[in-house]
Amino acid sequence: MNAVSPDSRLAVLDHSRLKAKSTRNVDGRGNIKVSGVDIEFGHQGARTVAVKQANLEINSGEFVCLLGPSGCGKSTLLNAIAGFVNPTRGELTVDGKTVTEPGPDRGMVFQQHSLFPWKSVQDNVAFGPLMAGASRAEASSVARTFLSLVGLAAFADAYPANLSGGMQQRVGIARALANYPSVLLMDEPFGALDAQTRIMMQENLLEIWREFRNTVVFVTHDIDEAVFLSDRIVVMSASPGRIIADIKVSLPRPREQALLTSPEFMVLKRQCLELIREQTLNAFQQQNKAG
Amino acid sequence: MNMKANAAMATPVSHPADLAPDSHAEATVEAHAPDQTQEQADDVAQAAHARIAARHALMEKSKRYLVRTAALIMAVVFWHLATTHDVNLFVNFEHVPEPLQVGEAFMGELAGSEFYLHIAHSLERIAVAYGLAVVLGVTLGVLMGRSKWAEDIILPYIELLRPIPAVAWIPLAILMLPTEQSSIVFITFLGALFPVVLNTVHGVEQTSGVLVRAARCLGASNRSILWHVIIPGAMPSIVTGLAVAMGVAWFSLLAGEIISGQYGIGYFTWTSYTLIQYPQIIIGMLTIGLLGTLSTLLVRKACSPLLRWQPTGGRV
Ligand SMILES: Nc1ncnc2c1ncn2[C@@H]1O[C@H](COP(=O)(O)OP(=O)(O)O)[C@@H](O)[C@H]1O
Ligand SMILES: [Mg+2]
Repeated sequence: MNAVSPDSRLAVLDHSRLKAKSTRNVDGRGNIKVSGVDIEFGHQGARTVAVKQANLEINSGEFVCLLGPSGCGKSTLLNAIAGFVNPTRGELTVDGKTVTEPGPDRGMVFQQHSLFPWKSVQDNVAFGPLMAGASRAEASSVARTFLSLVGLAAFADAYPANLSGGMQQRVGIARALANYPSVLLMDEPFGALDAQTRIMMQENLLEIWREFRNTVVFVTHDIDEAVFLSDRIVVMSASPGRIIADIKVSLPRPREQALLTSPEFMVLKRQCLELIREQTLNAFQQQNKAG
Repeated sequence: MNMKANAAMATPVSHPADLAPDSHAEATVEAHAPDQTQEQADDVAQAAHARIAARHALMEKSKRYLVRTAALIMAVVFWHLATTHDVNLFVNFEHVPEPLQVGEAFMGELAGSEFYLHIAHSLERIAVAYGLAVVLGVTLGVLMGRSKWAEDIILPYIELLRPIPAVAWIPLAILMLPTEQSSIVFITFLGALFPVVLNTVHGVEQTSGVLVRAARCLGASNRSILWHVIIPGAMPSIVTGLAVAMGVAWFSLLAGEIISGQYGIGYFTWTSYTLIQYPQIIIGMLTIGLLGTLSTLLVRKACSPLLRWQPTGGRV
C-alpha cells in the first residue's frame, strides 16, 4: 500500500537519525517485564480484582496485542505499563526500571476524544517535543514531519473538532510518536471507527510502525485486528482478568488488506479461536473448582 | 462548514491522495469525483449554492435586527403617549418626563463636562474592582477546583456571603474602609467575585481525565498540565463567569454610588431625584443600562479568541 509518500518517509528517517545521535535511539529499548502482577481496585468489602497473576515479557520491537472480552482488565494492564495505576502486587519494569509514573518513553494512543480541543492539530503534535524541552521552532518542525507521516499536513492549522474520527486518531498517533517513545501503548485506538476506516487505519499503522520498530502494546477485543496487526497475541479472560494464552502470529510482513481474506489468515484465526475457547473453558473450570 | 464537509470526505484512508503529505481537502474530493468536468460543474453549483445561502442568512439576520429596533421604538412611542396624556392607571406617568424632554436634557449633559466626569468615575471603579475580582476569582476557583482542602475551606464562606446583596454591605464597608472610594470599589469587587469563582470551579472540575493522562504521557509537569489542559478546558465556563460578573459589578457599583460618593453615574441618578431634575434620572438609568451592556459585550469580545477552538468558533 502506498500510504506514506517517499518524501515524508525520508523526513522521518532524517529525524530519527537526528534523535539517534542524541541518545534517543529506540533500538534495543522498550523491553517490558510483568511479573506476578495483581491489580485491585477499591477497599475491603467493595474490591475488584482487575488483573490477577499476570506474567508477561515483551521484547524490544515486538508488536503485541492484548486480546479479550470487555471488562477483562486489558486497559488496566495497559494503564499499569503506562504508569497510571500501580500494581497491588508483583513487579512491572520497562527496560529494567520499575514503572511508577507515566513518562514520555511510553507514548499512549487512546480510544477517542484525547486531543487537546483548544490546540490546533499541529500544536497537539508539537506538545510532546515542547514538554521535552525543544524550542517552539523545533517542536513545530517535528510536528509537521509527523503530520506528513500520517498524511494530515494540510490540516495542521485545523482544530480537532473539525476532523473526522479517523483523522483525529491519526493525529493521536502522530502526537504519541513525536516523542520517539520506545513503547507505544494503544487502547482500542480504532474501536470507535467504522469498519472501512478501521481497516485503513490498521494498514496505515503498520506502515508507520515499519519506520519505527518500537515496541507496541495494542489492546483490542477484535480477533481479526489482533491477528492482522501483531507478532504475538496475549489473550486475557474475564473476572478476574488473567492471561490465558500467548499466541505467536508468524504471518509475513508487510501485511495488507488482502491478507484478511487469505487462507493462511483464516487458518490462523481458526486456531486462535479454538485455543481461546479451550483456554476460556479451562479458566472457568479452574475458577469453579476454586470457588 | 466547508471544512467539515471536506474532512468527512477525507476520512477513508484508501486514497493515495489522502495520505500523501501535501494532499489537501480539494485533492481528496477530486479523487472521489468520477471525472473532471463533472467535478467542475459540481464546484460551480456548490459555489452558487453557498452564495445564495450566505445572502439568505444575511437577510434573515437583518430582519431580526429590524424587529429588535422596532420593538425599542415601540416602547419609546408608548412612553411618549403615556407621558403626554398623563396616564395614571395605578402606575403614574404624570411626573415622568417626556422622551423629547429627556432627549433635550441629554444634549445639554453631553455639551457640559460634569456628565463625563460621572461616567469616568464609574468606569474607573469598575475597572479596578473587576480587575481584582477576575485575578482573585480565577486563582481561588482554580485552587478550589484542584484541591478538596481548598474547596472545603473556602466554599462555606462563599455560600454564606454570596446571598448578601451589595446594599447590605454598605454600612460595614463604610465602617471598615478608609475612604468612600475604597468602600464603593470593595462592594463592586465583592459582587463580581462570586460569579468568577463559582464558574471557574465548575470549569476546572469538568477537566477531562483522558486529556490529563494524555498530557502526562507526553511528559507534561503538573504546572504544564495546569496551563495547557486545565485552564483552557475551564475557559468556556470562566468566560461565562466573567460576563455574568460584569453585570453584577455594575449593579453593585450603583448600590454603592447611590448611598455615598461625590461622582459616579449612580450618584448622578440619585442626586437628580433629590434635585428634582427628572429627565436626568432617565438619562442616568439609560446610561447605566448602556454601559453595562457594552462592557459585558466587550468582555465577551475580548475573550472570544480564547474560545476560537470551540465548534461555534467562539463567536459571541
Ligand atoms: N479505576 C477503577 N476503579 C475501580 N474499578 C476499575 C477501575 N478501572 C477498571 N476497573 C474495573 O476493572 C475491571 C477491568 O476493567 P478494564 O481494564 O477497563 O477492562 P477492559 O479494558 O478489558 O474492558 C472492570 O471490572 C472494571 O470495572
Ligand atoms: Mg478497555
